[in-house]
Parts: sequence; C-alpha cells; structure tokens
Amino acid sequence: MNREAYEAVIGLEVHTHLLTRSKLFCGCSTTFGAGPNENVCPVCMGMPGVLPVLNRRVVELAIRTGLAAHCAIAPYSIFDRKSYFYPDLPKGYQISQYETPICKGGYIDLLAAENGEPRRIGLTRIHIEEDAGKNIHGENASLVDFNRSGVPLIEIVSEPDLRSAEDAGAYLRQLRAILRYVDASDGKMEEGSFRCDCNVSIRKRGAKEYGVRTEIKNLNSFRFVEDAIEYEVGRQIAIVESGGKVAQETHLWDPARKETRPMRSKEYANDYRYFPEPDLPPLIVPAEMVEMVRASMPELPADRKARYVRELGLTEYEAGVLIADRDVADYFEATLPGLKNRKSAANWVMTEVLRVARDSGKSFVEAVPPAAEVGALLRMVEEQKISLNAAKTAFAAMVKSGKGAQATIAELGLAQVSDESAIAAACDKILAAEPGKVAEYRAGRDKLFGFFVGAVMKAMGGKANPKVINDILRAKLSG
Amino acid sequence: MYGPDMERAECYHLRATAMAQTKITLEQVRHVARLARLEWSSEQEERLRADMDEMLAYVDKLNELDTKDVAPTTQVGEAGMPMRDDEVTNRAAADAMLANAPSRERGYFKVPKIIE
Repeated sequence: MNREAYEAVIGLEVHTHLLTRSKLFCGCSTTFGAGPNENVCPVCMGMPGVLPVLNRRVVELAIRTGLAAHCAIAPYSIFDRKSYFYPDLPKGYQISQYETPICKGGYIDLLAAENGEPRRIGLTRIHIEEDAGKNIHGENASLVDFNRSGVPLIEIVSEPDLRSAEDAGAYLRQLRAILRYVDASDGKMEEGSFRCDCNVSIRKRGAKEYGVRTEIKNLNSFRFVEDAIEYEVGRQIAIVESGGKVAQETHLWDPARKETRPMRSKEYANDYRYFPEPDLPPLIVPAEMVEMVRASMPELPADRKARYVRELGLTEYEAGVLIADRDVADYFEATLPGLKNRKSAANWVMTEVLRVARDSGKSFVEAVPPAAEVGALLRMVEEQKISLNAAKTAFAAMVKSGKGAQATIAELGLAQVSDESAIAAACDKILAAEPGKVAEYRAGRDKLFGFFVGAVMKAMGGKANPKVINDILRAKLSG
Repeated sequence: MYGPDMERAECYHLRATAMAQTKITLEQVRHVARLARLEWSSEQEERLRADMDEMLAYVDKLNELDTKDVAPTTQVGEAGMPMRDDEVTNRAAADAMLANAPSRERGYFKVPKIIE
C-alpha cells in the first residue's frame, strides 16, 4: 500500500458543555453527578405550554470563545428546531442554531512544537445548542435520565484543514486549552463535557478535490480520536488502492478492537427538518455587548507564551509546555514571587511537578503541593539554605505528607550548613588528619582537592554548602 | 460545501426541492410519516398527499411576490430576546417530574429497550 501518495483531509466537530450554573433555557442546575432526574423541570422535560428563556451567561461564554478564536460575532442570529425522535429528547426537537450561528469563521493557531511550523486551522462556525438526556441500556428496557437535557453546549466546527491524526490531537488540545483559559468549559472528556466527531476523507497528495468522507462518532478521549483517524485513513487508502470506493457513512470507534465499524444506515438516516424556533425571538447582540465581553477577556495561551519568552526569558519550548494547561501556567506563576531565577522555577514545574501530577492519576491541582510551598523551597535553594538534591528529597516528602517546605526541611534535617566557622573547623580537622595528602597536594597533585572536599562533606553529614567548603579549603591549602 | 456542514446542506437542499416541485408524492408522504413515527392507511396517505399539495400550491402563490430585497423574517416584533441571569431557581423534584411517567425504575424513566 502506497500510503505516501495520499493525504488525509480531516474536519472536527467539537461539542462542549459551557460552565454555567443553570441550564440553557431554564433554572435547573447543571451539576454533574446528581441523582437521576433530580435536575429537571417542565421546560427541560418538554411539557406542553412551557416557554424557554435564554441564559445570558451562555451568550457571553459563546462570544468569549468566538473572540478567543478570532470569529466574527453575529449581531443577529436565530435559534432553530432540529427535529428527531429519540427517548433522550423529550420535546422531539433540539433547540440549536442552523443557518445563523452566533460565531462565524475564525481560526485557531496550533502553537509550534520545538522545531515545527506553526499551523493555522480555520473554523467554520460556533453555535449554541442544548444537550439531550442520557440513556442507560438494560436487558429488557432502557432507562432515561434527563439531568443533562437542556445543559448548554457550543458546537465548534473546524474547516477540513487537518491533515493527520497528530494534527487533530494538537488542534483538540489547543482548543481545549483556549476553552479553559476563557472559563467557557472544563474540557473534561471523561465526564462527557468535551466530545468530538471526526469527518475523514483522503485524496491523492496535491489533489484539490476531496474524497468521499466518513464521520466517526463515539470518541471520548484524545487517544481515541488519534487512533480512530489513523485507522480510518488506512482503511480508506486500502479501499481506494484496491480499486474500490469509500462509502459515505457514519462509523463508530470501537476502542477495544481498535477499529471503526459502520453504524447501520437506519441509525443516521435523519431528516432534521430545521425551522426557526417560534418560541424564541431573534438574538440581537449589540456591539457594546461584544466590547464588554472583550474587555473581560483573560490572557490567552498564545499571549501568555509570548510573555514568558519576552519577560521571563524562557525558551519557546519551555513556555509552550507551561502554557498548555492553564492550571500548570497559573501554578508556575504562583511559585515566582521572591525568586530571582525564573528558569529554575520553570524547570522545576516542568520536571518535578508535572511528573508527580502525571504519576498520581489525579487532576493536576489535586496531585501537587501548593505552589507557594514549592516557591518557598526554590527560594531556599536560591539562598543556598538547601542543596538542589535536598530540595528534591524534600519535595517528594511534601507530596506524600502534605506538609510545608519549612517544616519538611526541618523534619528531615536537610538544611544546608553555610556557617563558615563550622565548615572551617571541619576543614582543619581533615587537613590535620591527612598531613601526607596535604603535602602531596602542595607538591602539585591537584586532583587531591576533590578528595578533601568529599571528606569535609562526609564529616558534615552531606549538609555543608559545597561552595563554602571549596572557598575555605582553597584558602587553607594555598596558605 | 464539504465537511461537517454537509449534512445540514443536504437537509436544506431536500427542503428546497420539495418546495419547488409543489407536487407531493406518496413517497414523500411516507417519508414524513416515518420521521413522525406515524402509520396511515393508503386512503389516508392519498388524502394527506392531496392536502399537502394544496398547501404547497398556496406557498407557490406567495412565491409570486418579489422578495429579492426583503430580509428573511422569522418573527415580527422588535423587542429582541429576553434573557435571564445564570441562577439555579429550580429545586430538585424528581418525584413530581416522574409522577406521570407510564413506567419508572429507581428514579429513571423506563422506556422500551433502545436497540443500538
């Protein structure tokens, strides 16, 4: 199979829950994990005679996301009904936006990897819609929980600008970072608040036209998205190479068997009969509202990265690692007060702290000691109160015990001795005990210097400041 | 148009062709009936076909008007969208909401098995 002769053409549709307290059109709570059907009311249950009332915060968060992704914010948009029958959709239609999304166009820049080229991925649209309930399939019946019914979503639709599984992964990570920076979404794929469908086709490298695409659903982790695209591209190339034609169909990703398989045609042969929602007037977004939202925008990942390089002297790579997750970037900044060496703080967060977070299996914030304590630890290194090795030992202990930096250093006796008289006394003792080696050194065996340093360090239980030992020994031996 | 919006475009196209023909076929009546999960006898199907035809003929009459310079209007009235603050105002009331359910189990609505 000549894989190199083809390129993949991929577009992604991301659905993400917005971080609101209440639902899109009613005052029910959006809390995840409540008991079944606790957060429902006649509006989100689709009872006769009810009217939806739009949540202002949803509009603000959609605009925020749109501004962060360089979209045009529509001054006038309408809501539409998308009709289909399914037990998790009590009204028999979903309120969505069809012909007039609130955000149009825009793009997301993928931050360049160490040596990579920056890439710009176009967006088609972002629109507001409501989520459906949740079905649990049993042996003889299905159970329905409507807590999720009416929870606000935005759907972010990309242009078919992605060319590989890695591209798709990078785009999703960057999009999720942006959503988290602007407080629009928590981006939790495992709780279903960040979901992705992929449209995949292939074409001969250099060709202009797109091939027939398939849509892949049921992708609830970044890994699944990448694996599914990789598999699907290979499948389509194999079909075309053997003279066949790719069928336009919807596939489900089966993570256990690591393959996509087509859904039966009945399951997606829908005719949604969109029409304007008669219960909701047009949504007018005045320029002042857009400006108000713009004024409240937090710093975005790309800006933060540039600031780290410009003001803190970090490399592009270091800045890129730190800003990828807002929690990590905020943490890094919280370690900085009182520190001179920003680079050492960056290194510490990138290695020690991120390793602890990765190994713990918990969320970053839950896994790591408070940033102020790590800052205190790094200040002690900077002031030569402890060695770098002692800091690592203390950090590991802090992760386990949850105690502060000062207490841990005291408890483990890790404080470094910089007291010159104590170190000088230890030096005198060693030199007095080794008159032969002192004579050899003075006769020109420079290598013996290391032996003296080691002996003094050993005598002081490894806690002496090596720089002070060096200075004192040099002075004494040359005298 | 390619990509995620294609499904929408196709749906829109279907609607547009249906309008232009103004001749509703029995096929289309059955398609809509299937979408609405309704079953009709063949006499009923024919009556619905004739009714829908008449309705679309009326729309054709409206199409004679030149609306080239008129913006699509979905609603009259200039009040704009009333919006609410993002506050939780509903209390948990699972029992009340489930009271009319034909079948329930452990706080869930119970429905015939959905075949995936």
